[in-house]
Amino acid sequence: MVDLTSDERAFLEGTHGEAGALAMRVVAAAASLLGADRLVEIGSAHIDGCLYHGDGGVAFAERLVAGGGRVAVPTTLNVGALDLLHPGRVRADAHRAAMARRQMEAYLALGCSPTWTCAPYQAGHRPGFGEQVAWGESNAIAFANSVLGARTERYGDFLDACCAITGRAPLYGLHREENRRATVLVDVAGVPEELKGRDVFYPVLGTWLGLEVGTEVSAIVGLPATTTEDQLKALGAAAASSGAVALFHVVGVTPEAPTLDAATGGADPDRVVRLEADMLRTSLDRLSTATAPDRVDAVAVGSPHFSREEFAELARLLAGRRLAVPFYACTGRGVVAELEADGTLALLTAAGVEIVADTCVVVTPILPAAGGVLMTCSGKFAHYGPSNTGYDVVYGSLEDCVASAMAGRVVRDEEVWQW
Amino acid sequence: MVSGPSAPESGGNDRRAGAPAAVDLAKARVLVGGSGRGPLLRLRAPISFWGGVDPVSGRIADPRHPDYGAAIGGTVLVVPAAVGSSSSSAIMLELIREGTAPAAVLMGRADAILALGVVVARELGHSGPPVLELPAPAIDALPDGVLQVLEDGTLRRVG
Repeated sequence: MVDLTSDERAFLEGTHGEAGALAMRVVAAAASLLGADRLVEIGSAHIDGCLYHGDGGVAFAERLVAGGGRVAVPTTLNVGALDLLHPGRVRADAHRAAMARRQMEAYLALGCSPTWTCAPYQAGHRPGFGEQVAWGESNAIAFANSVLGARTERYGDFLDACCAITGRAPLYGLHREENRRATVLVDVAGVPEELKGRDVFYPVLGTWLGLEVGTEVSAIVGLPATTTEDQLKALGAAAASSGAVALFHVVGVTPEAPTLDAATGGADPDRVVRLEADMLRTSLDRLSTATAPDRVDAVAVGSPHFSREEFAELARLLAGRRLAVPFYACTGRGVVAELEADGTLALLTAAGVEIVADTCVVVTPILPAAGGVLMTCSGKFAHYGPSNTGYDVVYGSLEDCVASAMAGRVVRDEEVWQW
Repeated sequence: MVSGPSAPESGGNDRRAGAPAAVDLAKARVLVGGSGRGPLLRLRAPISFWGGVDPVSGRIADPRHPDYGAAIGGTVLVVPAAVGSSSSSAIMLELIREGTAPAAVLMGRADAILALGVVVARELGHSGPPVLELPAPAIDALPDGVLQVLEDGTLRRVG
């Protein structure tokens, strides 16, 4: 049985309107299903349920609006199925486009912020260390837990919105201190320092980590103290795609792991895994599915959504040259505004970069329908690209992506992988 | 279920003329209550409903799944384990709305994601299937045939 406080029971009794009652019924049902005996107050929410999967999702959101629903905590929105800044970017029939828009608008009517990004943590939504939150979107969950030290479980459609409206989440799993300790020690000290300094390493490490540890919490030792936020973002996104990773610690880098002892709570890990060259090579190869990868038909970057820093690097690599194949860069509208203000946007579009805002190329039809070979530097795009877009994928660094898009054929620096 | 929304469907008559005698097979843990009846369909691998089931046709849509092409509508669906996206709740809701949902879902391991899809469907006025947990080895021992799922979690073979 779930033990509800009087405030929580008041929701059920309709004190916060019909939507509040509905939301609390769903949160309480989830708590029961998950074995939680009570709820926890949350400081913020990030909602993934605004992406259109069918008319039911629209009916649910509009029911909450009709019932007077309002989010009780600051709440950001993940991607929708439309690029609202660039009408026509997404190929959708009239019904799908209208319903996708209604679904997005319903979440705004609930009081959510129109961030439309899978990287809310780079759009000003950064919960504090130890803060209880309810976040959806696997990469954002991994980032909030691991890089920020906030506490969330994996929330998805419906439950994310109900947590936001009630300001409560089931108290279980990673909300609880004892479940956040690392049980697997991952030693990457053997990886060449040169490789660990490169962005291209992190999605491959993440892919391997997700397959190796699944839902277990890991403590990674041997990464440099200079590991950047964007590298950790790429690591978590890949790990949350290949496995159900929602929390990892990087000793000396992430906030719950100043030391190995802090990460494990002083206990011996259940097992120790050393990353070897052949394991990394297997993960690297897994990220490419194209069988004759000499041709490149399109390039996509920005999963998770590109940060301003990643765009600055892209602009530097382009160096005023013109791309030969379609090049899609997905990001949030907050970053688009910053790029516009500092002049980077004009440089990117002059080179032929197509900016995708509010959504991305693997959740909605954007890529040319003809299909072919898609090159990406995103581990998540490499993972979902084949099933969601029909394209074969080739994985490479951002440098490789730009060089390939200039040449119209795959150009990859293989040397960096020598180990 | 605590205060969960539960609007069980009517149970129906277990015995019909000429049908074999009903046999109680097991008692499962009720995750979302209700009753349902249909032929047993055992999935041979874990599945993510998002990307794995087409909500309009109710068929397994992942070509890499061993049951690719099988129709889950109206079955007592045995799911050894659910994996993958939390958007599977949304796919369960779509299946229920389209009339292509299973008559009951039996899971080897309790999973909140599929169950929440049913909870929300019922909130929206649809009658969703019961969801139950029956761990191995009991779930693997269920025989083929027509199964009736009762309100209290009893699994009864009726044909």
